Amino acid sequence: MTRRFWRRNGATGWALTAPATLAVIGFLLVPIGAVIAGTFMDPRGVFAPYMSYFNSGFRTTVLFRTLQIAALTTVISLIFGFMTAYVVLRAPGKLKSLLIVAAVFPLLTGVVVRAFAWLIILGRNGILNQTLLALGITSEPLEMLYTQGAVIIGMVYLFVPLMVLSLVGVLENIPKDVLQASSSLGASPLATFWQVLLPLAVPGLIVGAVLVFTGSFTAYATPQLLGGERQTVLATLLHQRAMVSFDWVGASTIAAIMTVITITIVLAMSHIARRINPMAT
Amino acid sequence: MSDRPHPILIGVAALVYFFLMVPLVIVVGAALSDTTYLTFPPQGLSLRWFENIFAISAFRRTIVTSLQIAFLGTLIALLIGIPAAYALNRFRVELPRWLGTLFVLPILVPEIVFGFALLKSLTVGAGVPVFVALLIGHTLLVLPYVVRVISASLASFDFSIEEAAISLGSAPVKTFFTIVLPNVRAGVIAAFILAFITSLNDVSVSLFLTGPGISTLPIQILAHVEQFFDPTVASVSVLLMFLTVAVMAVVERTLGLTFLAK
Repeated sequence: MTRRFWRRNGATGWALTAPATLAVIGFLLVPIGAVIAGTFMDPRGVFAPYMSYFNSGFRTTVLFRTLQIAALTTVISLIFGFMTAYVVLRAPGKLKSLLIVAAVFPLLTGVVVRAFAWLIILGRNGILNQTLLALGITSEPLEMLYTQGAVIIGMVYLFVPLMVLSLVGVLENIPKDVLQASSSLGASPLATFWQVLLPLAVPGLIVGAVLVFTGSFTAYATPQLLGGERQTVLATLLHQRAMVSFDWVGASTIAAIMTVITITIVLAMSHIARRINPMAT
Repeated sequence: MSDRPHPILIGVAALVYFFLMVPLVIVVGAALSDTTYLTFPPQGLSLRWFENIFAISAFRRTIVTSLQIAFLGTLIALLIGIPAAYALNRFRVELPRWLGTLFVLPILVPEIVFGFALLKSLTVGAGVPVFVALLIGHTLLVLPYVVRVISASLASFDFSIEEAAISLGSAPVKTFFTIVLPNVRAGVIAAFILAFITSLNDVSVSLFLTGPGISTLPIQILAHVEQFFDPTVASVSVLLMFLTVAVMAVVERTLGLTFLAK
């Protein structure tokens, strides 16, 4: 019995993974591959859809706007996430678990709900405008919705909890004795931070940054609700091309551009994170 | 490490938590308002907007569809994901490394692109019914979470226990159900909850896969917000938040919440 089981090892392994493997290949790789391959079979020429994409001033603006929003969201989330994670890690036991729960909760609340909350706050008759008017800071309501700032606030709100949680994990894995050694050898807290803690945290920071960047680069609900047509991003443009204009080639081209940029960033950054890890052996 | 962080850092962290909590409090307040427009603080308390959710048939229908899709999608993902996670750990040497990467792919690919690709190949290309296409999309959406969470709990499972049972004469399949599975029960529960919530809240994959008469709750909320600006959406949001709290309470009771943070 035992022997037969052992001999069939490899085959058993393949058989057990087969349903999931086939599902991912058949329903994910093939359909997405078909979308990307389709963009190169245009009767106008191999790169025609891409040429018409990059020749359109509006569409290139959308691409750069999306990259800009994603980059700013990542930097802001990184800075605030790092500082918060540092405090959470050093909080006394009970408070620490409470702070972690408080970060998990928004993460489990849907993106639509979280974007909708900012719609109530930033709207023309929203809470922020009402407060500013009541305090006499402005004489008429400010236009805050449908600006790039509104989209970025919504995105930071979406991704800060994720950043805090992943950085708490990163900081927790840094051996405490390394930091103690640094301070007992005479380094000031600031020097310990810049020369010991930060370099050790960089690989984890990169992983967190990639999560946030790709997440905000491809987000749909938040830019749709808080940015509207004035702040069209790639995801909302993709939806608009496919479902409003029925421009399937245009939509597929956007899908291909989004996929290639996302995967390139993920692969490049995880390669860099692995190479510069000072703790790697 | 026991030294207190700088007061400025504590101040920043307090502001970040304020920034995280206030919008959710505002949504709850707006849902309880007695006015026909969205406002905070609520003017007069009422539950009528909660009644309004069930008065609107589109909400009633999409709540049912969302729960069906989330439940079935998670179930199928567990059925194909548990054997895969088991094999990846048990036959680590025999199976190639890219196989593990394959199951993470649905996270790497932009969700909205995935939804669009399924629309093109399944709904339009092969005439697959809307509900089935949605179910396939959600199954693949949650599969990476299932494989990853269950792999993580299998990683700390001592496979020599399984070998002992088999060498004492227990059949491999029976051993899996009586020895392996009970040991990773916590992982299975966590995977189920994480997958269920992910599916329930999904917008990007569902966006292209909803059709005439069949839609999910988040897509319906999105459509409603763009047309009406009344507290109904706030109360649906609160309903979803309560569901999340309930699920989190169950997790806290059974596993402790730090499990989800991993």
